[in-house]
Amino acid sequence: MSFRVHVRVMPRTGLLDPQGQAVEHALSVLGFAGAGDVRIGRAIELELAAGSREEAESEARRMCERLLANPVTEDFQLDVEAR
Amino acid sequence: MTRRVAVVRFPGSNCDADALRAAQTVGADARYVWHRDTSLGGADVVILPGGFSYGDYLRSGAIARFSPIMAAVRRHAEAGGPVLGICNGFQILCEAHLLPGALMRNAGLTFVSRPVPVTVERTTTPFTSAYAPGTRLSLPVAHGEGRFAATEDVARMLEAEGRVVLRYVKGDPAAEPGNPNGSAHDIAGISNAEGNVVGIMPHPERVTNPLLGSDEGLGFFTSFMTAASPTPPMESASR
Repeated sequence: MSFRVHVRVMPRTGLLDPQGQAVEHALSVLGFAGAGDVRIGRAIELELAAGSREEAESEARRMCERLLANPVTEDFQLDVEAR
Repeated sequence: MTRRVAVVRFPGSNCDADALRAAQTVGADARYVWHRDTSLGGADVVILPGGFSYGDYLRSGAIARFSPIMAAVRRHAEAGGPVLGICNGFQILCEAHLLPGALMRNAGLTFVSRPVPVTVERTTTPFTSAYAPGTRLSLPVAHGEGRFAATEDVARMLEAEGRVVLRYVKGDPAAEPGNPNGSAHDIAGISNAEGNVVGIMPHPERVTNPLLGSDEGLGFFTSFMTAASPTPPMESASR
């Protein structure tokens, strides 16, 4: 079976996110007065061949733990979609 | 007695020639090792140079840490062999979990390239033994992602165990601002518990000749030349 894996990697809450701060400042300059707590992460998508959804999720989780996210500074979320 | 030094080149390394030259300046038999090699060629000392390995894609050092040569670097480190990571090399050592923490985007967002004042704190390493504790140096930094980040527990452990090797300090009042990137505890470099693995953001290899303005960084290279016990090369022992 083939799956489309959506990975969302975000800087861990509480860690300084200077990119988020800079974008927040820019939004405020543009007049978006209600915007706040901007944080910037990364989205990764990939095709994954696996025997089942559970297998695909487990494999994608291992990818995140080994490479796609840094466990020291980032958290990740997974969404596995059957094709 | 001379020392054999391996300078690892990754695609995107750009301080490799400076590191090699600095090691040769102090009399070492320094050679390049390609990242796809699996052997350090019997090196006593390993240097991971600065640059932008693999274009810094994903995260700085995240892909380089899986290069074939890194298995040999890990064996060398775990056997007590000296390993110095400079800038991108420091980032690779953190990604490889040979050092704790991570290097994140500078707090000021800008790439910082200038000399910064630091003090040498831990001198019981093969790269800093030539300095007296507390020695103040002016070393160049050149990085966009040099903000050392770790949990407060890890930062406290590094302090308690005396594993902060270099620390950013303020320069003359108002002239120099100190910590250039927002690093936790003003950390510019750390070591593992044993002291044989050292990662630093500043570039001592760029200040090893008075002709280029300063040789204040030369001590990082003379240190491993005079260290008492070179570690036997690992290749003969494993594989």
